[in-house]
Amino acid sequence: MADKVLMKGNEAIAEAAIQAGCRFYFGYPITPQTEIAAYMAKRMPKIGGTFLQAESELAAINMLYGASAAGKRAMTSSSSPGISLKTEGISYIAGCDLPALIVNVQRGGPGLGGIQPSQSDYFQATRGGGHGDYHLIVLAPSSVQEMADLTIKGFDLADQYRMPVMIFADGTMGQMMEPVSLDAGGVQQYDKPWAVTGTGMKRPHNIVNSLVLDPAELEQQNFDRFARYEKIAEQEPMWESYRMEDADYCVVAYGIASRVSKNAINEARKQGVKVGMIRPITLWPFPKAALSAAAEQVRHFLCVEMSMGQMIEDVELSIRCNKPVSLCKRVGGMIPSPADVLSAIASITKGGN
Amino acid sequence: MTTVFQKPHALTDAPLHYCPGCTHGIVHRLVAEALDELGIAGKTVGIAPVGCAVMAYNYFSCDMVEAAHGRAPAVATGIKRAIPDNIVFTYQGDGDLASIGTAEIVHAAARRENITVVFINNAIYGMTGGQMAPTSLPGQVTQTSPYGRDVKTVGYPVKVCEMLAQVDGAAYLERVAVNSVKHVKAAKKAILKAFQNQLDGKGFSLVEVLSSCPTNWGMTPQKALAWIESDMIPYYPLGVYKDITKEAD
Repeated sequence: MADKVLMKGNEAIAEAAIQAGCRFYFGYPITPQTEIAAYMAKRMPKIGGTFLQAESELAAINMLYGASAAGKRAMTSSSSPGISLKTEGISYIAGCDLPALIVNVQRGGPGLGGIQPSQSDYFQATRGGGHGDYHLIVLAPSSVQEMADLTIKGFDLADQYRMPVMIFADGTMGQMMEPVSLDAGGVQQYDKPWAVTGTGMKRPHNIVNSLVLDPAELEQQNFDRFARYEKIAEQEPMWESYRMEDADYCVVAYGIASRVSKNAINEARKQGVKVGMIRPITLWPFPKAALSAAAEQVRHFLCVEMSMGQMIEDVELSIRCNKPVSLCKRVGGMIPSPADVLSAIASITKGGN
Repeated sequence: MTTVFQKPHALTDAPLHYCPGCTHGIVHRLVAEALDELGIAGKTVGIAPVGCAVMAYNYFSCDMVEAAHGRAPAVATGIKRAIPDNIVFTYQGDGDLASIGTAEIVHAAARRENITVVFINNAIYGMTGGQMAPTSLPGQVTQTSPYGRDVKTVGYPVKVCEMLAQVDGAAYLERVAVNSVKHVKAAKKAILKAFQNQLDGKGFSLVEVLSSCPTNWGMTPQKALAWIESDMIPYYPLGVYKDITKEAD
């Protein structure tokens, strides 16, 4: 185990990416993720890497597309409005089956919104976001340590499944400081025979492309891609169970909302309420099995989200609406307090919403 | 038997989808000849645009990437930064480069990206059936300017070489045409130089090629070539707009 250092979440993502072998960062300034770019601007030139401040988010995501097509580990980062601009490129990356790492340090919306933390891009991230049928693997850290660990894992998942991976954080996760130990433990190498690196006049040319004019062929390509997604949905869901052993009530929360919820759960337990939490770490694939197992055990679910209620739909789908699911929400950059969550827990134990 | 003429190795055997009389075929050949003559096809990555040349990835035998509309210079930037010893070129039309992709082309030039850009200016959107392009001439009739391009309401054409000549990072800018044997020969020389510049690390090179679109101009191939001479060249004068490669020596 490496020594622990005190770092901001955004910096932990940047350093973890470097340790994962990423040498190409393309970004465009936007609050509250700018520390990632600043860290890369300092570090990349010292280690033979590339930091490039693009002319726009559109350009940044397409630079990532190019570097990834050339077989390199590459990334970009942004915040909500910037991610909207990048979704065109993300759709192309998914359509070309390229690996890529995209960080969204969310802020409140819609439109220009605010600069305070939010989780309101959940639908955009977990449903793909851009045009066409596709998914990203969406990883939701809830500590600075997880910001680092999931970044390293994200690069591996992207290479393994040849698809874009999103680190789905929020302004709090990006800005807060916690001790973190950075130990990638060596970079795993993946063969990339599809990369455009020049034929060397030794092989037929590689083509990176998402244009398929024959509808039967395009349908088959979608079927094949979703067969891969099915495998990911079986093998890759990650979640944390917290005090669920004897729980009668289950909170579902991720990211900073899960940290607040833990405090509320501990307080409720002191008051004799048997409440636990399932914290999804992968938002796509959603940990459906964990939720449907919990539905056998608990009386009522409570989603704590910093959106008007987006993840709650996945919870209801996962448990086939077998148990009531309530929502505790704050939006627009507001963070729920432990008291907000505690009062929502009290409400469901009394049979209310 | 001595071979006096053959298809360049840098072109595949795939049949071109271009309309009869379209000059894309000529320009494809010139690019392929340049790759062959410089012996760089094996280390070249080309980027096809959205537009008529969208399927250029099937025609060049080097590695190819298809980019989103207008984004080819950004994709080229990512590739060139990732594998700087390779040769990277974009092949873009006027809608792609001079309308939706103006930011990308200006900033690739400003950053002095060491890439080669082949820019096809045929004054119309071809693939979508003949709409007004950023380079359509004043008065030009198209599907979306049925009464002729009225500069009072839709403004003036964008002159790409003249515009980029103001950008310090651009190394070499030349406008050529492919409407006559003489002009085709000059175009070949320019395209060859634009690739040689990249080999020499001299930075951003762009060759604008005035091309014909008989189908969407509603002209015979022959008349379309004549229209380049009579109407396009006076508005878009041929020549070198910038060449700092000599100073860079």
